[in-house]
Amino acid sequence: MRGALRVGSAFFAATAVALAAAGCGGGGQDPSVVRASWGDPQNPVEPANTTDVQGGKVLDLAFRGLKRYNPRTAVAENMVAESVESPDARNFTVKIKPGWSFSNGEKVTARSFVDAWNYGALVSNRQLGAPFFSYVEGYEDVHPEGAGAKPAARTMRGLKVEDELTFTVRLNQKFGLWPEMLGYNAFLPLPRQFFTDHDAWLAKPVGNGPYAVQSYAKGGIMRLRRWKGYPGPDKAENGGVDLQVYTDNDTAYTDLMAGNLDLVDDVPASQLKHVQKDLRGRYINQPAGIIQTLSFPMYDKDWAKPGVEKVRRGISMAINRPAITRQIFRGTRTPATDWTAMALGEHGGYQAGLCGTACTYDPAAARKLVEEGGGIPGGSMKVTYNADTGSHKLWVDALCNSVNRALGRHVCDGSPMGTFADYRSKVSAKKMSGPFRAGWQMDYPLIQTFLQSQYFTGASSNDSGWSNKEFDGLVSRANAESDVRRVNDTYHRAERILAREMPAIPLWYQNGSGGYADRVEHVALNPFSVPVYDQITIKD
Amino acid sequence: MGRYVIRRLLQMVPVFIGATFLIFVMVYALGDPVAALSGDRAPDPATAAQIRRELHLDEPLWQQYLQYMGQIFTGNFGTTFDGLQVLDKMGTAFPVTLRLTAVAIVAEIVVGVTLGVLSGLRRGRLLDTGVLVLTLVVVSVPTFVSGYVLQYLLGVKWGWVTPAVPIGAPLDALLLPGCVLALVSLAYVTRLTRTSIAENARADYVRTAVAKGLPRRRIVVRHLLRNSLIPVVTFIGADIGSLMGGAVVTERIFNVHGVGYELYQGIVRQNSPTVVGFVTVLVIVFLLANLIVDLLYAVLDPRIRYA
Amino acid sequence: MPEHERPEPFRTAGSGTPLPAVEAETMGGLAGPPEVPGAPGAPQGSGVQPAAGRARSLWSDAWHDLRRNPVFLVSGLLIVFFVLIAVWPSLLTSTDPLDCDITLSQEGSRAGHPFGFDTQGCDVFARTVYGARASVAVGVCATAGAALLGGVLGGLAGFFGGWWDALLSRIADMFFAIPMLLGGLVFLSVVPSGSVWPVVGFIVLLGWPQLARIARGSVLTVKQADFVQAARALGAGNTRLLLRHLAPNAVAPVIVVATIALGTYIALEATLSYLGVGLKPPTVSWGIDISEASKQIRNAPHMLLWPAGALSLTVLAFIMLGDAVRDALDPKLR
Repeated sequence: MRGALRVGSAFFAATAVALAAAGCGGGGQDPSVVRASWGDPQNPVEPANTTDVQGGKVLDLAFRGLKRYNPRTAVAENMVAESVESPDARNFTVKIKPGWSFSNGEKVTARSFVDAWNYGALVSNRQLGAPFFSYVEGYEDVHPEGAGAKPAARTMRGLKVEDELTFTVRLNQKFGLWPEMLGYNAFLPLPRQFFTDHDAWLAKPVGNGPYAVQSYAKGGIMRLRRWKGYPGPDKAENGGVDLQVYTDNDTAYTDLMAGNLDLVDDVPASQLKHVQKDLRGRYINQPAGIIQTLSFPMYDKDWAKPGVEKVRRGISMAINRPAITRQIFRGTRTPATDWTAMALGEHGGYQAGLCGTACTYDPAAARKLVEEGGGIPGGSMKVTYNADTGSHKLWVDALCNSVNRALGRHVCDGSPMGTFADYRSKVSAKKMSGPFRAGWQMDYPLIQTFLQSQYFTGASSNDSGWSNKEFDGLVSRANAESDVRRVNDTYHRAERILAREMPAIPLWYQNGSGGYADRVEHVALNPFSVPVYDQITIKD
Repeated sequence: MGRYVIRRLLQMVPVFIGATFLIFVMVYALGDPVAALSGDRAPDPATAAQIRRELHLDEPLWQQYLQYMGQIFTGNFGTTFDGLQVLDKMGTAFPVTLRLTAVAIVAEIVVGVTLGVLSGLRRGRLLDTGVLVLTLVVVSVPTFVSGYVLQYLLGVKWGWVTPAVPIGAPLDALLLPGCVLALVSLAYVTRLTRTSIAENARADYVRTAVAKGLPRRRIVVRHLLRNSLIPVVTFIGADIGSLMGGAVVTERIFNVHGVGYELYQGIVRQNSPTVVGFVTVLVIVFLLANLIVDLLYAVLDPRIRYA
Repeated sequence: MPEHERPEPFRTAGSGTPLPAVEAETMGGLAGPPEVPGAPGAPQGSGVQPAAGRARSLWSDAWHDLRRNPVFLVSGLLIVFFVLIAVWPSLLTSTDPLDCDITLSQEGSRAGHPFGFDTQGCDVFARTVYGARASVAVGVCATAGAALLGGVLGGLAGFFGGWWDALLSRIADMFFAIPMLLGGLVFLSVVPSGSVWPVVGFIVLLGWPQLARIARGSVLTVKQADFVQAARALGAGNTRLLLRHLAPNAVAPVIVVATIALGTYIALEATLSYLGVGLKPPTVSWGIDISEASKQIRNAPHMLLWPAGALSLTVLAFIMLGDAVRDALDPKLR
């Protein structure tokens, strides 16, 4: 037995020595490089195939498009583009600035864009961002709608290369604000290598941005280094960025506190209560273009009955948004007063208060409205959400508690589902029988991305199945305008219809939250909650 | 003995086929992977159909299974939906988890058996009660909490260890996660050893040994421990497999890109090639571990014979 | 090695004078009706008088011992207490565990709310009391199910060996291989009720192979013991061998693993609920509250303390019960 004990103590001694050794490790890191947290992108980081934030980070580092959204104001500004002009809101001429090139030396030309866009739209390339090209004439030929249909063409006839630095785009309908979309990832240019040696490109993407990919270990780490020959105006202020995949946000946060990481761009909710103390002010919490809503199944007879809009409005008024955003989210959400997002900015069409009293907590009025509307259909409701992503359980439970208290009866319970995929399948198949959670992140800073995609009759993400002629008419009218102010005004009129009918209850706008190490400065998040990597500087 | 081993190895074939088919059916039953691929935005039907065709998801289940098994026998575990060889993924994940499991098992054996022997010999004493309290704590405090608290204290507050395991997962960085992973099993091992020791301490052969005047250490290690280990070995053998595949929480907390993490990702994203591939290897690990345990029975207790 | 010889204190306190002839009972049990328990030194009491001509079995012996074991009595009382509040939670609290005021989120204790509030502003005391029902039901039923199924199948596999062993063991291997997460998502998402029974069923399905292996290993060793060989030589049938000789001698490891498993099963329920496939609101359980509290450990440790404490106490009760039962069944202690 003493032998066993000796082995035991030897084991502990070895452990202690090894632990001490591990603590002293971590040398050999280039000090000018920013170490940032990352999540594994769901798809290969092809521009038109990247719809998630994680892949978006890489594209934002290694690519520049025709336009770029200002990291502070979200306004689309020319980057590679010299000009994008149209006489009639339908035929656009795109001129490219000379002198741009990819980090492998290849010039960025009109063809770099046209080829990339045709690739992204072609159905057999199965790019998830293909619908972004749906305004271009000829899209339906390369991307026929029916499942399994063969494309009739391989390129869109609306795209024409005029000369090395000019190409024209003809849309299939009037869309005055179309150029504002061009800052989105799907519209980035691609070098020839992408088409000639696709696997090599995937293993080490080549772009035209301020950083070049040095190495990429999938599922582990992507090392990007400052590209010295970058011709653009926004050169990198640091030596490079290492994107490190973490298995969990909490772990990344812990590693930040331990000094092994310089930047996390998503502080987990459970850490928010003490984040100020932990990081002593090195904490960012700023609006991002994301809104969370509670959608109703408007395809369900009971929920769609005339008069039930009063119930829906009543439920909205029974939700104590300020208390929930304060206690559950610790101020990283802002109570919503319309169906877009604060980070959209005034230029993009955000206007506070469009929801009016229907989004203000008022238990008495809520009770009265629900009663007038005939009570909750079926007597009680289940709020469906998926349990595997985000911490939806926390806020759904809080929301139900708030509704139950306000209405004075137990009518609301959360109903989790195992996987996001299962949840999405049920939602898109329109099989919900009660309210369900929904979230929308803007792709580009236009009010259209929020309203048309979710509430226009038959739109691809109109999950509640709501349909309103008046609303549709206003949206179509707004899209045909070229003047930003008139576009936004028309959309605001459409939003007032949402306030009356309440097919989805606006809950809160989501903020981006991040923390950073003592050794870096000038850290900010853009309105898409992606860190502005190129502006980060290292303290010396 | 040789024939027994061969028979056991042959038994692996039906188990292997049965288990892979079971997993295949289950992943299939999870639902549509295309929905998992495309985030909050519903994919347009044409793109979705294209993806399904390329991944053979539009074919009947049995056809997909046969295709998959055909691939496996040529050494190809398929490609994940995000375009990576499953074999490559396993090549990076399994060694990491193997190291983690090794740390955990060593901790279980060394600490668990030692504590078990000590408390078994001193039933009802302070040490025994202490071990009982430890067991209760380990069982009722989730791994998440113990892992997180240890990570915070050792990694952040005192700075003894790197709180997150770096890419490549060197052994020294896996010591803390390994010990955290071992915690719950430690409770089992300790109490199993304790009970066995307490039971056997009163057996004839121990009395005889004492009467013969053998040194105390020799009695405990050679006679008592050896005869008390069978339940412990059984437990540890079964535990190897569950530690390898089930370390989801520990691997997440400590940033270990191992089997549990990949399996979790694969399941949540419904990446069937990943899930089936990983589980297939896990089944083999299970079968081998159990075979070794059965052979160890004969070593520990010579009366057990295999024809 | 003096302490090996010494009967341990729990026992001494429990059954008065420990009986000397240690192995006699076992051997006697093989040879015929045992006379040993009635022998001198047996504690006096109403249940003790051996009925003329009727031999007491090992099991009734065990029961007799148990009733006098304070460990058993304490654990029994604890278990009765937990079952009681599981059935009538309103005995202990009049607060509604579902009436939660978000503005009280994570507040500490105050008058009428001795354990404080959780993140949602629910009363932690009320939730701990009301959580007993689901948690005790899941823990006890799942453990009983898994231990019975696993114990019986594993025991038979170990006893009969051969193809029977091969078949049962390989089936267990296959069940082992199913990742808990995958199994939970597949099996539990098709039963939408969110009630306790599917969860219990699933845990049994997942848990039995472990107990089967333990039981099989244990039976394999005991099978080789001299008294079993002797009984077999004396012509004891399989049933008699299994019930009278193997079961009581091989059950100890199964009891040990099962009592700890009880705690882990209650925690497993939490994992399943966390994954969205276990218990669903408005069901309250310790598991759900513990997993919620886990993430708030730096913010509000009191949220974890109480449900986890209740869980510990339950596990303690069952570990003590298991110990007492094991001791009572161990002939060497008699």
